[in-house]
Formats: sequence, C-alpha cells, structure tokens
Amino acid sequence: MGRERLFNLAVILALLAVPLLALALDEPFVITLATKVAILALAGVGLNIALGLGGLVSLGHAAFFGIGGYAMGILAAHAQNYEPLFSWPFLFEGSNQMPLIWLVAVLASAAAALVIGALSLRTSGVYFIMITLAFGQMLYYFAISWSAYGGEDGLSIWVRNEMPGLNTLIPIQFFGVCFALLCGALLFSARLAGSGFGLALSAARQTEERVETVGLQPFKLRLVAFVISGAITGLAGALFADLNRFVSPTMLSWHTSGEIMIFVILGGVGRLYGPVVGAAVYILLEHLLGGISEYWQIFLGLLLLGMVLFARGGLIGALLGREVAHD
Amino acid sequence: MSLILILEQILNGLQFGVMLFLMAAGLTLVFGVMGLINLAHGALYMVGAFAAAAVAGLTGSFVLALIASLAAAAAAGALVEVTVIRRLYDRDHLDQVLATFALILIFSEGTRWIFGSFPLFLDVPDYLSGPVTLPGGIKYPLYRLAIIVIGLVVGAGLFWLIARTRIGIQIRAGEADREMIAALGVDISKLYTLVFALGAALAGLAGALVGAIQSVQVGMGEPVLILAFVVIVIGGIGSIKGALVGALLVGLTDTLGGIFLPRLFTLMMEPAQAASLGASLASMLIYILMAAVLLVRPSGLFGGSA
Repeated sequence: MGRERLFNLAVILALLAVPLLALALDEPFVITLATKVAILALAGVGLNIALGLGGLVSLGHAAFFGIGGYAMGILAAHAQNYEPLFSWPFLFEGSNQMPLIWLVAVLASAAAALVIGALSLRTSGVYFIMITLAFGQMLYYFAISWSAYGGEDGLSIWVRNEMPGLNTLIPIQFFGVCFALLCGALLFSARLAGSGFGLALSAARQTEERVETVGLQPFKLRLVAFVISGAITGLAGALFADLNRFVSPTMLSWHTSGEIMIFVILGGVGRLYGPVVGAAVYILLEHLLGGISEYWQIFLGLLLLGMVLFARGGLIGALLGREVAHD
Repeated sequence: MSLILILEQILNGLQFGVMLFLMAAGLTLVFGVMGLINLAHGALYMVGAFAAAAVAGLTGSFVLALIASLAAAAAAGALVEVTVIRRLYDRDHLDQVLATFALILIFSEGTRWIFGSFPLFLDVPDYLSGPVTLPGGIKYPLYRLAIIVIGLVVGAGLFWLIARTRIGIQIRAGEADREMIAALGVDISKLYTLVFALGAALAGLAGALVGAIQSVQVGMGEPVLILAFVVIVIGGIGSIKGALVGALLVGLTDTLGGIFLPRLFTLMMEPAQAASLGASLASMLIYILMAAVLLVRPSGLFGGSA
C-alpha cells in the first residue's frame, strides 16, 4: 500500500499545485480547468462507491449529477428573479447560498437514488445496467419537457452563488471550495471502504451467498451504497452547474453517465484516487487532442478501447501494478 | 376526439413498435447467444441510415438504398465483431459497456468526419409517398404502412429463421450450451460473427427506414438504442418473442400516451398546465411501464431467471 499512498499524495498535491501555479502566472483559464477536474473527480468518487466498492455497474449516474445541477439552477433562479419557490408551509424564495444549495442537492439526489436503487437492485447484471440507464434517460426526457425550468434550453443564472466568508467569483477561491469538498469525499470514501459496512459491501460483491449466510442483507448494503454514491455525485452536479452558471438536460444525458464512468475506469476501478487521475487525464486529453482535431473523441474512443482490452487496471494499475486487494 | 384519430395513432404506435422490434431483436439475440451487452447497436443503426442516404443520393434508388443499409451495417457489424467484440465475450459486463461505449465514440465521430455535422436527407420514393385510404375511411401515409409491413415480414422471417432452419437450431443451441455445440463440430466463432452481423443488419435496416421519415444524422441511434433496451428489459432479455411484445407495448404506450395524456389532463385542469404536465408525464410513461413490469416480473415478461 505504501507506494499507492505516496502516489495518491502526489496526485492530490499536483491538483492543488497546478491552479496555484496558474494563479502566479496569471492564467485564470487553467484554474477553471483544475476546478473542472476537481468537480468531475468528485462525481467519479461518488460513482466509485457503487461501482468499485459495490460492484454495481450504474449507467445512470447522470441522473444524480443532473438532479444536483437542477437543484442549484432552480434555487438560484428563484432567488435571482425574486419569485418564491413555495409559500406554504413557510415562504421560501430560493437561495444563492452554496451550503443550502448543496444540502438540497444531496438530499434530492439521495432521494432519487433511493427510489431508482430500490427498483433497479431487484435485478442484477445486465438488467441493472439497462435499468439504471433507462431511469437516467427518463429524467433526461422529463427535464427536456419541463418548460417551467427552461426545457431543452436549460437554466442560466447571472452570478455564481455565494459561500459565506469567501468570494466565489474569484476562480481560485471557488477552486478551493471544490478541492476541499473533493478531499472531504476522498477521506469519507477511504473511511467507508475500511469500515464494517464497506467490508460487507465488498464481500457482497465478491460472494453474495457468504454475506447472506452470516445474516447480512446484500440488497440493503447495496441500496445504502447506491444512495451514498448518488448523493456525492449530486453534490458534484451542483458544483458543476455553479462552475458553468448553467444547467441543462445535457447534464442528465447518458453520455454524461458514460463519461463519469470513464473517469473511474481511466484511473482504475476500485482505486480510491482513480477518479481523480481519470478526470484529470480526461480534461487534459480534451484540451490537448481537442486542440489538434475537432474529432478528438475518436482518439478518446481508441484509448478507452485499448485500455479495456489490454490494460485492465486503468492508469494507476499500469503505473503501480495490481497490488491493491481488489478481487 | 374521433375514432379515426385513435385508429391513426394506433397505427403510428404500431409502426414505431415494429421499428423498435428490428432494433431490439438484434440486441436480444446478441445478449441471448453471446451474453454481450452492446451499446454500439445504435451506431449500427446510424451506419445503416447513412449508407442508405449515401446510396440513394448516388443512384436515386430506394431499393438499392435499403440493400446498402443492410449490407453496410452487416459488414460494419462483422468487422467490429472480429476486431473487438469477440474479445469481450469472456469479460464482465463493465468491460463490455466501456468497450462498446468507446465504439460509439469512434463511430459517431468517424461518421461526423466523413459526412460532416449536417443532417442528410433520405427521400421517400414516389411510389411509396402520399396517403392511402384504408377500410373505414382512414387516410394513412403509405410509407408508414409499408414500414409496418416490412417490419412484420422481417420479423416473421426472423422467427422462421430461429425456429425452422439449421442456423436457427445452432443459434438456439448456442444459447443453451456453447461448449456442447462447439464439441458437436459447429464453428462457434463463425456462428457468433454471423449472429452479430444479422443483428447489425436488422438495426441498419431500421435506421434506413426511419431515416426516410426523420433526418439522417450523427447520434440518431442513441435514443432508439435506449428505447430498445427498455423493450428487451420489458420483454425479457434473450427472448425474441419478448422483444416483439415489448416493442409493440413500448411503441403503442409512447405514441398513445404522447397524444392522449395531455388531452386527458385538460379534463381536469386548465389547458396550458395540462399540456405541459401531460407532455412531461407522457415522456416518462414507458419508463413507468418498465418499472411496473419489473415490480411484477424482475426478469421481464418472457425472461427466464435474470
């Protein structure tokens, strides 16, 4: 484990160092890119709890990402237009305060994950993949037809939401917020993996029958993991919408689900820092290859294909070998 | 709301369902026989549509365009099977999802590279355009009626192929026990390529037929792919009969829901609100149907154990 820990430390320090360096060199765009990496990595950390730890191949995590995004969009849009969101049982005018938005985003995506999870986890394997995909798509079409909140065009907000004590309009400060949340999620994820719950969940992934024999219920373990996973991805969605000051049905589309999964896989499934490496490499590729060719996704596709066929441990696996106790 | 309108919408739903069946049949065959989940099935639908549009543009013949769609999609399917897909049969579903997602990226961007981002148009030939009067005085577009007929004929052909021919016996045997039929001397890898190409050809045909109603563009296969997944989840993965029943259910539910739900709500609330709520709910209807089926039968209507 020693080598991987060192590597993880290097990764997270690099993610911190790049925007600081960019600040010194006055390159605000790089700070925005680093913020994007931190947010997408957070979404990946969420998915990794279901995928890596629980073995649940969810192709519908865009649902939670998008719900987080819409939580931000709806609250902030009401606050900026001075239209109360509801007036009963108390008057609520929306909000532009990040902590409240995050709370709503986490609760809403956790609730959605509870419903989707409870239905999808009745099945397994390929059914589970298709059903999570279908539920994600259901929310996508719902958002498109929901004209009250922009329908297909999405929702824009004028000003980034506020964080008490900080000025989130300054890129590096907003980066700091996202980075701190990412670190929090990574710590939480590590604790979760080492906890009794995490061990039981891992065991349920490996041999379901044994877990049942000792009196644990795999369904419940997986449902809890799915809800936690959805909640973290939802938080990332709220941040992502805040970064762009825009939320649209695209956040809910199944391509987003695929991309979040790519972050996890590029880095290495079940690796704690896999999503961080994966998101960083993805954003880097997008900008390097995107500069060379308009059709950069061909190369992304080839890379991904090569990775799946020939290098199954992801980038971290290729660099460090398969030393982690994963299957 | 007249009876004629209802009948017309039922025909529309039938047409949509038949198209979904062509897509879902390939998916469910490939899953049933090879145990593979193929996200790139929608890309083959797109390949068929583009091939048809290109050939129709060159020759002006719709029949040649349909043949081209079958041939191009089958060739693309066989190529992909030999180079990529066959390495995935023994892998877990996660690897299959990722690799076929990567194939979507490659196919979509590659098509954009060759044909550009603007949609192409595939015209309905003269002899199939215009309305036709059905018994009962319903005027219905001839082309859509032709789609229903073609779909049903192809579907019947598929059932015959699976149930009555030697290839069909091998395919069904492959589903049941792949080691055994390999031991009996069937070239299993050739059989797999054939099944994959067959599924691809059906998807390509669907793409070409629908391409003449809608526009032919990059990414056109993905919404259909996801509906086809809903279809086979409802019908039971691996079952052709399930795919047919599921496709018709989904096609009818989606079409009729989209038309009648907003009208139903108008009876209960003001029109503007009813229209938007009705449209939102109608877009979710087939997924609600899927959830309902799963609650009762987790492995689908005609599925074995999941």
